[in-house]
This record gives sequence, C-alpha cells and structure tokens, in this order.
Amino acid sequence: MYDTIIIGAGLSGLAAGIRLAHYDKRVCILERHTTIGGLNSFYRQRGRDFDVGLHAVTNYAPQGSRRGPLARLLRQLRFRWEDFALVPQAGSSVAFPGVTLRFNNDFRLFEAEVAAQFPDQKDNLRKLVAQLIDYDDLDGSLFQRSTRALLAESITDPLLREMILCPVMWYGNARERDMDFGQFCIMFRSIFLEGFARPLAGVRLILRNLVRRFRSLGGELRLRSGVRRIQIEDGRAVGVELDNGEQLEARHVLSSAGIVETMRMSGERKELSPEPGQMSFIESIAVLDRLPRELGHHQTIVFFNDSETFHWERPQDEICDARSGVICSPNNFLYDGDVLPDGILRVTLMADYDRWCQLSADEYRLAKLHWFERTLASAARFVPDCRQHVIDMDMFTPRTIQRYTWHDNGAVYGAPEKRLDGRTKFANLFICGTDQGYVGIVGSLLSGILVANRHLLGDS
Amino acid sequence: MTPVEIREEILDILSDIAPDEDLSALQDDVAFRDQVELDSMDFLDIVMELRKRYRIQVPEADYPQLASMRSTVTYLEPIMKDMQRVS
Ligand SMILES: Cc1cc2nc3c(=O)[nH]c(=O)nc-3n(C[C@H](O)[C@H](O)[C@H](O)COP(=O)(O)OP(=O)(O)OC[C@H]3O[C@@H](n4cnc5c(N)ncnc54)[C@H](O)[C@@H]3O)c2cc1C
Repeated sequence: MYDTIIIGAGLSGLAAGIRLAHYDKRVCILERHTTIGGLNSFYRQRGRDFDVGLHAVTNYAPQGSRRGPLARLLRQLRFRWEDFALVPQAGSSVAFPGVTLRFNNDFRLFEAEVAAQFPDQKDNLRKLVAQLIDYDDLDGSLFQRSTRALLAESITDPLLREMILCPVMWYGNARERDMDFGQFCIMFRSIFLEGFARPLAGVRLILRNLVRRFRSLGGELRLRSGVRRIQIEDGRAVGVELDNGEQLEARHVLSSAGIVETMRMSGERKELSPEPGQMSFIESIAVLDRLPRELGHHQTIVFFNDSETFHWERPQDEICDARSGVICSPNNFLYDGDVLPDGILRVTLMADYDRWCQLSADEYRLAKLHWFERTLASAARFVPDCRQHVIDMDMFTPRTIQRYTWHDNGAVYGAPEKRLDGRTKFANLFICGTDQGYVGIVGSLLSGILVANRHLLGDS
Repeated sequence: MTPVEIREEILDILSDIAPDEDLSALQDDVAFRDQVELDSMDFLDIVMELRKRYRIQVPEADYPQLASMRSTVTYLEPIMKDMQRVS
C-alpha cells in the first residue's frame, strides 16, 4: 500500500514526488510513456539532441535571489541554484506590423520601449504592473475575472493591449480569446518581470536532477505503466488499475493527467466532466547549417503577429494559423563561451487538433512538410530568412502532444477551468500540474510542490 | 539534548531549507521571518523536518511558538531534553 500514487512523470509529478519522498512517504510515480518529462521531455534523432517543449525557462532569477517562484521551488526541492544552470536570454521582442517592443530580463528595457513607442501609455503600464504585483495568486476568488476587461482599464491603447496579450497568452493561456486575470498576472510576471533563461544542456539537465533526487530519496518510478482506471469506492480513491491490468493500492492519488482525463479514469460520466481545452500547437524545428547570429538573428524569442489584432483561438479556416507565432532560438542565450552544436530555430503556430487527427498517414506526412514551409515563410517576415540554410528538421503536431501527454485535444495548457486548490470531488484524489493552474516549467514544478504540501504531507 | 544543541539542530534545519542564507548573524530574539527569507511553505518545513528527524509532532496551534530562535528552543527544550542528536 502506497501513501501516494502519482500519475505522470512530468515536471509536476516529479516535484510532488520529491516532496513526498523527502518526508518519508511511500510514493510511486506511474508514467505511461517510455521516458519522463511529459510535455517538456527530450529525445535524440539522427544523432542530434532535441527538446520537446523547451523554448525558455520563464521566471528567471539570478543566483542569490531569495524571492520569487524560482527561489521558492529550489528551496522546497533542496536544489542549489547551480543545479538548474540557467543561462539568461540575450533579448526578446513582440513584433507587430510597424511596431516592435523589445524586452529582456531587466524590466526597464520594456518600460523604455513602451515609453518610446506609446508615450501616452508609460504611466498606464506602471499602473498595470502595480496591480499585478499585488495580485495574490493563491486568492482564487478573483482568478477568473476577464483580462481583456481589466487590461482596458489601465492600458488605453488597443494596439499595446494586443502586444502585451500576445506573449502572455502564447506562454500560458488555456482559454480561447480572453484569459483569466489570475493566470495573466502569473504569466506577465514570469515573462516580463522575471524573464527567460535556459540550461546549456536543455531541459534534460533539469529532468535528470529531478529524477535522480526522487530515486535517491527512495521514490519509486515506473515507466511504461499507464493508469487506465482510478478505483473509487464510497467516494474515495482506493487505488489504480494499470493498462496491463495490474492493480495498486494507495491512500491518496495525485494526478497530473489533466482534470477531464482524471475524472474519466475515475468513471465520471461525460456530461459531468469539465470542458477540455482547445488550444494546441505545431512546432517546427529547423536545424541550420550555421548559427542564427551568422544570419543576423540575435534575439532569443520573437512573438509575432501580422495585424493589429491578436487572435488567440483554435484556427477557424485552416489546419494551422500562420498569422501569429513564436520564434525561438536556443542559441541566443548568453552562454559564457559555450556553444550549442547546431544553429536551431523553433517556430510555434496554433493548430486545430481535430483536423490534424482526421488526416490519413500520407496526408499527415504531407501536411507536416507543407506547414514546415509555411511556418518558416511566415517567420521570415519578422526575422532573417533561414530557409536556404535548413539541413535537418523535425516537427511536432497536436497529435504528437496528445501522444506524449494523453491530454484531450492535444491541449497544451489543459482545460480552461483550473483547480487552484488541487481538489477534485473525491476527497483523496488531487490534481497537480497544468490543470491545477500553474503552467510552464517553473509553474508546473511549483504546482506539484504546492499540492503535495497542502494535501499530502499532513498527518493523515 | 541541551539548549545549545537544540539551537545547533535548528540552525542545521534552517541551512537545509535555505542553503543560500547567511545564518551566522542570526539574532535569537528576532523573528525568523524578519531575518531570513522564509515564506509560509518554508516555515512549514521546519515543522516537517522536526518530525522527520525526531518524530516530534508540533500541533498547528503551537506554530507561533516557533517564531524566533529563542522561542523555538524554549518550546522544544522539554520535548527534546532526553533525545540524542541524529545529524
Ligand atoms: C510546444 C511547447 C512548448 C513549451 N515551451 C515551454 C517553454 O519554453 N517554457 C516553459 O516553461 N514551458 C513550456 N511549455 C509548457 C510546459 O512544457 C508544461 O507547462 C509542463 O511541462 C507541464 O507539466 P505537467 O507536469 O503539468 O504535465 P505533463 O508534462 O503533461 O505531464 C503529465 C504526464 O502524465 C503522463 N500521463 C498522462 N496520462 C497518464 C496515465 N493515464 N497514466 C500514466 N501516465 C499518464 C504523461 O505521459 C505525462 O508524462 C511548452 C509546452 C509545449 C507543448
């Protein structure tokens, strides 16, 4: 009998596992996939290392910082700052037609850019920042207010509003069109006030440290062990049944599989289940024959949108939406003399899960090639054209995301309705990770910590 | 354990929870939270570490007694006087 069974060895499940194992709980993490990491995993292909999700670790804080999400999670997991080896970004931007706002890990750059391009919004930006610094993310009551409505109260220029929403929604909005204000505050802080960084070795360094720690504390990790059913008796979870029929008992179950998926595994009727998310992505990874900076591209991340209005919704007319996207170069971080072996550009677009799923195997292969070209062509409007220099490529689609995470609709940020307190209708079944509400690498780690602390480390 | 040993043990716990803090100048009569960057989650870790290392259960009602080094040692002294250090 386990104290806690954790479903999923993504970042949130591993973080929760470390907390529980550190305090001598008997804990087992069950992962359906052959490897750990979930949405933020890594793989090797044709002799090259690839990251699945990683653009940048948000919530950057320099060594020695004692406040903020990163410092908090390092303390809680007993890691040293060096264990994540975060290297800060070179500089990023939000690019709309005719206007570009640059930003980096020093918020003053963004303030100066806004002051230069939107002089009458300078004080309004201050107002907004004061409001979101005060926002307490554990106070769930205000979480769901409309960001578009609240933002209009401080930022009176509609174009600037769209330019602020673009990166914030791209990096963590599960809802279409509008965004929960609580989520907006968390994401704005993590991107603009804290910032981006990356370990030279990519996400694998962080994952390896997490799993090594978990095991050294006596935690059990079982790969290729998908959970097909959560056994419920008298309104309580009593254990799980694996895909191969094996049954395991536990006093508590903590699931990072998503709220809709977890309720389904618990036998909840579909009508009673919350709405799954709709936002999914394709990501094109172009390996180049030279470094991006040799093509004149020096930025870390460019969030682009080709009109004055930013559309954050499942694509309506086509299988993907090339109007807006995120261009990331893992080369453009301030590595001290170190270089990555290849020049890489990763470009993300919004995609329609259903239409990607309807394709036959041949159509799927063709669609990937077609959209790889379309993506790079779209990006070439905002960064130097790299199409002549591509020597290798990979792409993942909503289907890949679904295969890696088993999230309905390949929904990257999960369901729109978050479970901030981690509870479900069953007293000893909890949710962590994406559908608890904190997304991103730092967010999901904190989510696992928070839910473990609140519900699973007590005396019960 | 003597009060001095209990104090050392608490320092050890603090340095485990907040490895980047300089604890050498910690003042015993000043609240931890006014000297060390600890939020409520970290504070709970002091309680949890006491339980992990010494099987001491601090009921929630007694948490205020763990506000400063002095009050913590005073609170723990009767509980820990017959115990041996484990770390
Ligand atoms: C394209 C893309 C780019 C991203 N870029 C960034 C970035 O640059 N920076 C950043 O901070 N974040 C980024 N993210 C977001 C980040 O990856 C996620 O927020 C984070 O990884 C979520 O972690 P999680 O633990 O909540 O969930 P997941 O990673 O989804 O983990 C859930 C795990 O549960 C397993 N599982 C599901 N169902 C079962 C079952 N029934 N039985 C057993 N196991 C099961 C899955 O296999 C998975 O391993 C990106 C995401 C994507 C898709």
